[in-house]
Amino acid sequence: MTILGLPILSLVVYFPLVGVLALLFVGREQKTAAKWIALAASGLTLAISLPLFFAYQPSGDEYQMVEKADWIPAWGAHYFLGLDGVSLLLVLMTTGLTFLAILGAWNESRHVREFMIALLLLEVGMTGVFLALDVFLFYVFWEIMLFPMYFIIGVWGSDRRLYAAFKFVAYTMAASVLMLVAILYMYYLHFQATGVYSFSLLDWYKVNVGLPAQYWLFLAFALAFAVKVPMFPFHTWLPDAHVEAPTVGSVILAGVLLKMGTYGFYRFAMPLFPTAVATFMPYLMALAVIAIIYGALVCMVQPDMKKLVAYSSVSHMGFVMLGLFALNDQGVQGGMLQMINHGISTGALFLLVGMIYERRHTKAIAEYGGLMGVMPVFATLFLIVVLSSIGLPSLNGFVGEYLILVGAYQVNPTAAIVSASAVILAAVYLLWMFQRVFFGKVTKAANQALKDLNLREIAVLAPLIVFIVWIGVYPQPFLSRLEPSVTRFLVKTKAAHGGDIPSTPAAILTVTPPENRLGKQAAQNPPATQATTPSGPRTDTNTGGGQPPAEPEPR
Amino acid sequence: MTETLWLIPALPLLGFLLNGLAGRWLGKTFVSLVGPGMVGVSFILSLMVFQEMLSAPGMSITQHLYPWIEAGSFKVPVDFTVDRLSGLFLLIVTGVGFVIHVFAVGYMAHEEGFARFFAYLNLFVFFMLVLVLGSSLLLLFVGWEGVGLCSYLLIGYYYTKDSAASAAKKAFVFNRVGDFGFIAASLILFSVFGTLEMATINRMAPETLALGGGLATAITLLLFLGATGKSAQIPLYVWLPDAMEGPTPVSALIHAATMVTAGLYLLARMSHLFVLAPFTMSVVAVIGLMTALVAATIAVAQYDIKRVLAYSTVSQLGYMFLAMGVGAFGAGIFHVMTHAFFKALLFLGSGSVINALHHEQDMRKMGSLLKKMPITGYTFIIGALAISGFPLLSGFYSKDEVLWNAYSSSAGSTLYWVVGALTAVLTAFYMFRAVGMTFFGKSNVAHPEKVKESPLVMTIPLMVLAALAVAGGWVGIPASQGELFGIPHVLEHYFDGFFAVIPVSGHHSHGTELLLMLAVTTLGLLAMWGGYTLFSKHRERAAALREKFLPLHKVLAGKYFIDELYDRVVTRPVHWVSERVLWKIVDVKIIDGTVNGTALATRQLGGLLRKTQNGIIENYAVGMVLGCVAILAYLVF
Repeated sequence: MTILGLPILSLVVYFPLVGVLALLFVGREQKTAAKWIALAASGLTLAISLPLFFAYQPSGDEYQMVEKADWIPAWGAHYFLGLDGVSLLLVLMTTGLTFLAILGAWNESRHVREFMIALLLLEVGMTGVFLALDVFLFYVFWEIMLFPMYFIIGVWGSDRRLYAAFKFVAYTMAASVLMLVAILYMYYLHFQATGVYSFSLLDWYKVNVGLPAQYWLFLAFALAFAVKVPMFPFHTWLPDAHVEAPTVGSVILAGVLLKMGTYGFYRFAMPLFPTAVATFMPYLMALAVIAIIYGALVCMVQPDMKKLVAYSSVSHMGFVMLGLFALNDQGVQGGMLQMINHGISTGALFLLVGMIYERRHTKAIAEYGGLMGVMPVFATLFLIVVLSSIGLPSLNGFVGEYLILVGAYQVNPTAAIVSASAVILAAVYLLWMFQRVFFGKVTKAANQALKDLNLREIAVLAPLIVFIVWIGVYPQPFLSRLEPSVTRFLVKTKAAHGGDIPSTPAAILTVTPPENRLGKQAAQNPPATQATTPSGPRTDTNTGGGQPPAEPEPR
Repeated sequence: MTETLWLIPALPLLGFLLNGLAGRWLGKTFVSLVGPGMVGVSFILSLMVFQEMLSAPGMSITQHLYPWIEAGSFKVPVDFTVDRLSGLFLLIVTGVGFVIHVFAVGYMAHEEGFARFFAYLNLFVFFMLVLVLGSSLLLLFVGWEGVGLCSYLLIGYYYTKDSAASAAKKAFVFNRVGDFGFIAASLILFSVFGTLEMATINRMAPETLALGGGLATAITLLLFLGATGKSAQIPLYVWLPDAMEGPTPVSALIHAATMVTAGLYLLARMSHLFVLAPFTMSVVAVIGLMTALVAATIAVAQYDIKRVLAYSTVSQLGYMFLAMGVGAFGAGIFHVMTHAFFKALLFLGSGSVINALHHEQDMRKMGSLLKKMPITGYTFIIGALAISGFPLLSGFYSKDEVLWNAYSSSAGSTLYWVVGALTAVLTAFYMFRAVGMTFFGKSNVAHPEKVKESPLVMTIPLMVLAALAVAGGWVGIPASQGELFGIPHVLEHYFDGFFAVIPVSGHHSHGTELLLMLAVTTLGLLAMWGGYTLFSKHRERAAALREKFLPLHKVLAGKYFIDELYDRVVTRPVHWVSERVLWKIVDVKIIDGTVNGTALATRQLGGLLRKTQNGIIENYAVGMVLGCVAILAYLVF
């Protein structure tokens, strides 16, 4: 599919750069112009991406609107974009949320031009991550999106912004470095198996990775993604980053960036290493359940609205992980839908908190009370979003959560039942916050004269509310687009389940390598293997210090 | 009619949207036409559908709307079904609902947020209809949660009052505890039956689940947990009395006539599942019985007229669960119906009084109101007679049916009957205590000259409900009396073959039934007389009695201190652990401490290494020499 002769996926990914280019010609003080340019660029990107929803054929190919070209032929790196049902919805959510976030950030007054450039660059990285089908390309986008986010938190954040920004980047980088090593090793394994250099994910899917290499590779990928999700216990960067980030930062962070973790599991870690998935499934499910309950409990006692919403993400993303690792139709489809739901609901919650923060410059729950009478429109919209987050049936959150529970129950009834208790906790923490902010008498003089939402703010929230109701009442258009992709994901991820799957960590470490051509190397730790594999000249191209594949990380 | 079934819930939804979005600008007349009007039209449609259902094959009609959620083998369509059970509820919800809506037009006339009120009320009716009509358990759950939301919104209607705000949240959270049970049960049901279609589950249950098996017991217990939340039974009943913070029409509609019976609807709907778990059935009966007794004793010592009615509702709901627990599903549903009539009447009557007294709810500040408000007074007394089991009124028949089944069913026992009868006597006593304090004796009203009867828009609904409270039970005149007068027992055959059946043990003669009925009725009449005289003419004797049993009175007035117990045992510990342990220690100290510790260690290590890189060539030279020496030494030795 092309628009004006240009391939549509590339157009979606790079169109924000047109805005960046235009912004470079805008004066530092022309703030209004900068906002309009950014709004137009992100709006057009959204407009370009919307037809994808209808162009995507659920019954069609696995990846659609594919663009593939050699990029660095010597390394086997391709420029390779493609769309499946999951990335379709994620891309649309990204373009939509970015547009709304820019509209929501209209009152930003510090370094507006640079702020908008950062946001547009971020959008490029995000859509790129969701569309890349070449691992090298994926990693480039993955790293690209880190830096705008670092600046968004570090420059436009609140008091402890530098600490939070550094923590965010350090966490993510530390985890991504391991993934980089794993990527390179996987690249090498693919070469060993086929004699061809390729970073194409579709080629990698065909490689049958031996044991225990699979475990180490899976763990390296999983760590990088788990930090992003974030899974317990890698979540402590999240509250800091959210509290310090400006509203837009939080919206994008919660709405889109967290999904890269779960998307990473879906696209890379799980289908590439099915045996490892089967082995680690109980542990990851346990971590997901801990995140669900733990996040909710900690949420309950937060005195700061934004921190409360941040911790609720830990709980909600735990649900996504639970569904993903249930490895069945209901669990995975529910999990994928819940990524979208969480993006919408939590994005909206952060926007709402931002709107009240702009008026009162505090996020402390105790500073409010009685806002229902002062800001009725705000209160109504807030309530709808809160109910969606609580998982009220007939709103979006319920559909995802319930499917996840149905899926999880078939695999692990205990995990499902324990997680179901989060319905109680979610009601407690969100309604308690709602009560303290909106009910009661107006006790603080500063709240007396707060203005209700203006038209721009209502316009920012209205589309999100529409989706909250739509997905809740009629989710089939979304589920039917997810279904074929999820089915294929399950085929890949459950492919290698035959044979003995070690069931304890000790057994994993002492596993006997199966007799296959990768057995010898696989018996060792991947990083060590790279340096010591006695495989003659072929490996030299991989491990030699000056050789290309060793330094693909863009700095 | 089948094709237009969807209109029945859709009309109140339309009313919600109209009043919610535009009501503020369209004025009170518009709102008060749309609000009750939509429900009224729904009622007419319901009557037509009900007629059609009675003659439909299998006495059931279904409308398929659209697929709601589909993922793999999990499929939940939006299908609405009217059968004998949902048909009856349909009529109660829209009929009683309409009457209450009309009353509310008068009651809420001077309130702020008139449009908001009717929007919520219509939304409630919509969700209640979804609950009743949904043919899938999950669709029932949509309504189940939806009515909970509306209950939340309406309890918190006077949101500036802290007590109302807290009560609203409490109601939602306690209901959610029950919902957890509901969700868990539905997960098990899907994994066992592969569907959440309730008719299918009922049909397959006997051959799929073993009688008395662990699975059947677990599922039904979890469902019952859900029911205890929504229908305010032990241990989750504490939200309902607090829910009286809402406007009185809300108490009548949601917290007496309809929503709180949803738990019973669920049990009746899944009767074929419940009879497979005798253990659960006895739990249901015992919990129902205990709730009935406990709530009735608390009601004796309350002074707030709405709280008396609230505890009375909890108690009566317990009665209905008792019936279900002994397998008398039809009797339970019969009592649901008559209770909807007389309890809605009592609540609206109390609302009429409260309105006339400018929001005074304390019965100690009432008295002698019968002359000032005759319609309210006499209809209230009719309601009180009905609930107390005065012969020939509706409550008399349904209560008798429940008690008789508690005694005669193979799952019943004499003890059930004794406790049930005791509760009936207590009910008669506290209801006539309320009647005495409110309408008779000396007046304690602050400004008696200002009190006047409510307008017609409020009194006509009272009269309609009073008529129903009198005659509503005649469909269920038991065979033991019907034979004497040649009256057919309509209800007895209405549910033929619908519910699962627990066989009646042995033979019980109509003579026994009449004898037991006579005993309860006589005691009840005595209790009515006692409650009335003690609290109208001889209040000083009641005060003396109170002094004599002061500690007991304190316990009852303090509602057995259950709220305080929950606070100490659950709320505070969970809060403490979450804040002091999970957040401040695990999250901040342990996890984040480790992360920051790693960062700090890295920095310090870097700092140490930096000292070697100090740019002084001599030091590097020394290092190199030392290194060379070391290597040589290694090679040599």
